[in-house]
Amino acid sequence: MIRSRQEKTFSIFNYILLSILALSTLYPFWDVIRVSLSTAAEANQMGFKLWPEKITVEAYTYVLQNRFIWVGYKNTIIRILVGMSIQMTLMICVAYPLSKKYFPNRSFWTLIIVFTMFFKGGMIPDFLLIRAMNIDNTIWALVLPRAIDTFAMLIMRNNFMSLPDSLEESAKIDGAGDLKVLISIILPMSKPILMTVALWGIVWHWNAWFDCLIYIRDSNKYVLQAILRKIIIDSAPQFSEIAGGVDISTIDTNTSQTTIKCATIIVSTIPIVAIYPFIQKYFIKGMMVGALKG
Amino acid sequence: MSVSTDVSTQKTVGRIKAGSTLGKYIRYKALVIMFLPGLIYYIVFHYLPMYGLIISFKDYRILDGVMASPWVGLKHFKAAFASTEFWSVFNNTLILSGFKLIFNFPAPIILSLLLNEVYNMKFKKIVQTITYLPHFLSWVVLSGILIDFLSPGSGPLNMILSTIGIKPIYFVGSRVWFRQVLIVSSIWKGIGWGTIVYLAALSGVNPELYEACKIDGAGKMKQIIHVTLPAISPVIVIMLIFEVGHMVNDDFDQIFNLYNPAVYSVGDVLSTYIYRMGLENMLYSYTSAIGLFKNLIAFGLVVGTNYISKRFSEYGLW
Repeated sequence: MIRSRQEKTFSIFNYILLSILALSTLYPFWDVIRVSLSTAAEANQMGFKLWPEKITVEAYTYVLQNRFIWVGYKNTIIRILVGMSIQMTLMICVAYPLSKKYFPNRSFWTLIIVFTMFFKGGMIPDFLLIRAMNIDNTIWALVLPRAIDTFAMLIMRNNFMSLPDSLEESAKIDGAGDLKVLISIILPMSKPILMTVALWGIVWHWNAWFDCLIYIRDSNKYVLQAILRKIIIDSAPQFSEIAGGVDISTIDTNTSQTTIKCATIIVSTIPIVAIYPFIQKYFIKGMMVGALKG
Repeated sequence: MSVSTDVSTQKTVGRIKAGSTLGKYIRYKALVIMFLPGLIYYIVFHYLPMYGLIISFKDYRILDGVMASPWVGLKHFKAAFASTEFWSVFNNTLILSGFKLIFNFPAPIILSLLLNEVYNMKFKKIVQTITYLPHFLSWVVLSGILIDFLSPGSGPLNMILSTIGIKPIYFVGSRVWFRQVLIVSSIWKGIGWGTIVYLAALSGVNPELYEACKIDGAGKMKQIIHVTLPAISPVIVIMLIFEVGHMVNDDFDQIFNLYNPAVYSVGDVLSTYIYRMGLENMLYSYTSAIGLFKNLIAFGLVVGTNYISKRFSEYGLW
């Protein structure tokens, strides 16, 4: 390709600009890592630094001994497992009938469902409902309101609709019922979209915190994001407590509130940072399917 | 369209005409049973809260419940519209949405134009992956990172500023800077992810157009203005219209994790106000009324913008 001088200048400028953008996106993350590895004195020191002068992992030692980090991990994993089992089952159960042209009053039922995407009760009625149902302070308050992600369900339905009818017809001639057709033909053929939708749900559940904050009172049932919020934003001391009840602030000069907060952020964010480069393509694909439709 | 002609279901239909709607429900009973739990979900978790909005017209008392609480008409709406606090919050919501429209909306368009000019695929992939990162994290994590980054005592931003002689600024606690923090941090979170739609549109631009442009002697800027932008303008228009449709839907997660009483006057928006007045001060009816007001505007905006979008182009939500 022949490129003019002007194009070369533009190209160099462009690479520099994009590199600056990428580095400045990463820099706040890097600084959290730097502080988490610094000593208390250094973390609170004035002056611009790119690297800790003296590396110490003591903040991590404390964080890993914090009982609540593990409580949070456990509850988040339980939430994802329970939530996603319910979500995938229910979404398939709604998407499949709605994908059938012969399903009675199909457009009416679709309208009823799509309407909920644009008009909602809102925070207060949702809260009063959960309390009236007596499921507050239980895991059901976290998983049931999100038992169907309507947008994802509609994408699933569109995918089912795009499969050829002949598959179903021939299976039915062989005597298969609707459930058998769904399980042995439709679902295996929809693996990519099911994977996409499942990953959306997993990341959503991983990142959810507000529902836990308003519905869960027992701190032993808190999910990781809620515990993280208590530690780093509310600075609630009872959540930073390590096993055995030792107060962190009194015993060691190598750690401080700041280094421990930063280490807590890193410890609870590593899983998602480690997997997102590999799952991003599923998210992008889903975005594109959604964008084409909407 | 008849796909299955199952003999046994034909029998159970009996006297009901097979072609009637009721007949169809019986004939496709497996699908209907499959659909039922989902329908119950929508009724319980979506339509019941909508019904619950009637407490906006009542004085909700916990012991009485939604049904038995006394009707009070428009009392709570009048109270909201008469309060300066409500209008301040409403203004903040609109101002922040307006700023986001001006700054956050064009950001991913510009980034995708720049990325589109990168021919080293590995570099492009790395920049994309890095800028996607904040999208996958919650605002709890991002706020924690920002609070460290912007800290007046030891945050890197203030350290950089101090080298050029600027005194430390407490960004998240400053009425002057809080909105800027919100705008810049939501660009940080959204700019990379926002490029996806535009990059897809850009990949559809016919390369011959650029060749023709070059033969005419047009430089990079002119190519962008005369070929690239017109080619993706339908997508830009649609995204813009949808953005306007979401004007009253503020970003609760972001603001709630970053704000503090010092910046309520500039950063408190409808959803955070509803949270504090409703769930903390237990003014359920008053905040339901505000919520209903907000929902109606949001619904009107979505319907309206969708109508406009359909007139502009083939695209619409329904």
